Amino acid sequence: MLDARGESCPIPVIMTKNLMASGEDYYEVMVDVGAPVENVTRFAESQGYKVEAENKGGEYLLKISK
Amino acid sequence: MEKKNDKLFIIIAGLVIGVIAAALAFAGNPKNMGFCIACFLRDTAGGLGLHKAAPVQYIRPEIVGIVIGAFVAAFAKKEFSSKGGSAPMTRFVLGFFAMVGCLMFLGCPFRMILRLAGGDLNAVLGLVGFIAGIFCGIFFLKNGYSLKRTYTLKQGEGCWMTMIEVVIFALLLVKPAFIAFSEEGPGSMHAAIALSLGAGLIVGVLAQRTRLCMVGGTRDLVLFKETRLMMGFIAILVAALITNIVLKGFKLGFAEQPIAHTDGLWNALGMLLVGFACVLLGGCPLRQLVLSGEGNADSAITVLGLMVGAAFCHNFGLASSGEGPTAAGKIAVIIGIVVVLCIGVINTYVKEKTANTANEAA
Repeated sequence: MLDARGESCPIPVIMTKNLMASGEDYYEVMVDVGAPVENVTRFAESQGYKVEAENKGGEYLLKISK
Repeated sequence: MEKKNDKLFIIIAGLVIGVIAAALAFAGNPKNMGFCIACFLRDTAGGLGLHKAAPVQYIRPEIVGIVIGAFVAAFAKKEFSSKGGSAPMTRFVLGFFAMVGCLMFLGCPFRMILRLAGGDLNAVLGLVGFIAGIFCGIFFLKNGYSLKRTYTLKQGEGCWMTMIEVVIFALLLVKPAFIAFSEEGPGSMHAAIALSLGAGLIVGVLAQRTRLCMVGGTRDLVLFKETRLMMGFIAILVAALITNIVLKGFKLGFAEQPIAHTDGLWNALGMLLVGFACVLLGGCPLRQLVLSGEGNADSAITVLGLMVGAAFCHNFGLASSGEGPTAAGKIAVIIGIVVVLCIGVINTYVKEKTANTANEAA
């Protein structure tokens, strides 16, 4: 699981992008509420993934799958 | 479908912000300066007596409104969260030099758009430098730049900037003798307090909800081919341009533009410094204000860096005027670019000392 909590914009998206370079079908990414959830979700969807967001009390676990 | 709504929302928000920002200049604010985060933080620093430049002293209610608007919007959406601890002093220094760049150009990225929308072609050179600066920042981001993560702090920590803005606003209303307001010059030009505050509140709420950021547009487009923030940037430009044309405030050219100078090289280098520093900060001055309202203590420190930077710019004669840049200002911009470059290198390439390597060294 990638922990991108607390990183400034747009580092969570860069981390996710680097992670996806491995070409797997399923990833989990932890991000903060607000801009990071939206930005990582938007990026993953633009790469053809589906994203399920699980609220963990102010933080989100994004389940990213093909 | 959701994606479409997402873009539509930021375009509508951008249009609203553009109209408000252009219209404020006709309601009393200086020309092409309905909003300018750098200028307004500088005016506020002057109003509080942190610098003594008589023409640029006024407590700008727009700043108060943006922070409180962002605070309310974040609170309502359960996004308010106190956090910090990500290289606060580095952020202070980045904020300081971002202001040095802004006051070389005479405007933050937000005012750069408004100057473009007013027909000020000097801002085109500012834009060129700004984009070049963003590319400098992107280089480091791509190579692993990070100021390390923030951590959740106790709830009180994130409230400070909002509380400070409330106190500053009270000082504006009460006007005690130690508060200075310009009698002439840009600081003396301002819309009615209620109007400025209302405009700030609307912009603060919209910017918080849309995550609007002036450096984010170019940055995300280059890094991820993501156009959303760029749409907001363009929407502000289009709306402000149309408003200026309708209200007869559009004047195309380089010479005799309001609160601007025609030194193209230094307009570009000033904004290069701003773009570079803001990418390393993770957002433009407007975004830093909004984040400070959302509870981000690092952004609050950045805003303090911007204000202290503004005070130094006027105390040390670094800020440009309509006549052009100063020699000291040019030196400060060069120093700023070097410092920001060092911050980029250190936080990208220099390895951290872990417990193990520290032991080996010992």
